[in-house]
This record gives sequence, C-alpha cells and structure tokens, in this order.
Amino acid sequence: MIPLQYYLIVSAVMFVIGAVGVITRRNALVVFMAIELMLNSVNLTLVGFSAFLGDASGQILVFFVMTVAAAEAAIGLAIIIALFRKKLTVNLDEINILKW
Amino acid sequence: MTLESVMFYVLSSIGIASAVLVVTRRNPIISALWLIVNFFCLAGLYLTLHAQFIAVIQILVYAGAIMVLFVFVIMLLNFRDEHTLFERVTWKKNVAAGLGLAVMMEMIYIIMTAAYPSAHYFSRSGYIGTIENLGVQLFTKFLLPFEVTSLLLTAAIVGAILLAKKKMD
Repeated sequence: MIPLQYYLIVSAVMFVIGAVGVITRRNALVVFMAIELMLNSVNLTLVGFSAFLGDASGQILVFFVMTVAAAEAAIGLAIIIALFRKKLTVNLDEINILKW
Repeated sequence: MTLESVMFYVLSSIGIASAVLVVTRRNPIISALWLIVNFFCLAGLYLTLHAQFIAVIQILVYAGAIMVLFVFVIMLLNFRDEHTLFERVTWKKNVAAGLGLAVMMEMIYIIMTAAYPSAHYFSRSGYIGTIENLGVQLFTKFLLPFEVTSLLLTAAIVGAILLAKKKMD
C-alpha cells in the first residue's frame, strides 16, 4: 500500500518543475504548458487526499479545476493568437507594451 | 512488491521525467507531446487511487480536448523567428532553478514531517470515485458551483471568439 506522503511528494515535485518552467521559459506556449503542469499536480494532491480521507469533495474540486483549466486554456490561447497577430512573436521578453 | 506499488513507481517516475522534459525541450511541439505523456501518467496514478471517473475525464478533457487545442495553436502559429527565441542558460535561470529546488526540498520536508489524521483513516473503497457517487454529489451538495461553472464556460467561449477574431470592431 502506497502511503499518502508519496503521492504528495510526486505532486510537489511536479508543481516545482512547473513553477520553474513558468519562471525560466520565455516561450509563451511553453509557459502555458507549465501552468497546466502545476494545475495537474494540484489535482493529484486533491485526489490523493480524497481517496485517503474517503471523501468525494476532493474529486469534485478536481472536476471544477479541470473546467477552469479548460476555460483558461481557451482564453489564454486566444490571447496568444491575438498577440502573435499583432507582434509576430510569442517571446515574453518582447511583449512589454505595458512596461513603463 | 505488489502490482499497485509497481504501478505507482513506474507511473510517477515517467510522470516526473516527462514533466522535466516539458520545461526543458526547446521545440514547443515536443513539449506538448511530453505533456500528453505526463497527463496519461497522472490518469494512471488516479486509477491507483481508485478515482476511475477522474482518470477517464483526465484523458478525455486534458489529453483530448486541451492538448488538441495546444497542438492546434502551435501548428497555426508558424514561428519564423524560432531561432531568435533560442533560450540560453543565464545566471538568472540558474538562480530560479536553485530556488525551485529549495522550495521542493522544503515541501518534501513538510510533507514527511507533518502529522496526518490517523494511520487507518481510509477505507480505499472504489465506490467514492464512481460516476454514480460523483454525480449524486455534483447535483446535490455542489449544485450551485456546478451551475456557476456553466456560466464560466459560456464566458470563456465568448471571450475566446472575441479575442481570436480577425478584426476587433
């Protein structure tokens, strides 16, 4: 039987990999994928606690997280398309029109 | 070693390795393919936790819908200046990776030392993750959030169409 801690550790490692990806990568699409990675690692934590506590609320929350992730992906990719149309790049260092 | 622990170790190691590959590959399409591998590993981990419905939804929604959207957008935007996006390793990135490692160690330390409710607090019945149980929960206890979700999705559809439209007028 795998203890809950192991699942939490896998989730924490994946979350940190995603966070480092968001900080270090400059390609907007890869940053987006790293965000999906972070969302998924949190889902693993929720499902783990849900299974070990015998409570379905965690899995319902995963359901909602997936809905929000789908909405976020649709909107975010639309923003990336609009940006690419305007600046012809997805390099986040060059997208600085709001920088003062 | 039981089948369950073999599954866990194999899936979690493949999952972590594919997560590393997602953030380190230079070509976004290869990152996207590794991300799909990661999603499948997570679906397998959900199955070891007896969350069948979430595992199926993970493959359907994430590996199916969301990743198709990603790959579609990557293919749509042909990066002519891909070589200018060449990301070199600078000292800033090393600092970021070091900080990430520190946070990871901290989290693992907290997880290992935290007090958990009790040793035998779970029943591990397969019933919790069934469609039947989740459906009953969703339409009774979580009815309002469920309805609000539909509002969110409508707003997302309208927003996506508006943002990706050719002319903003």
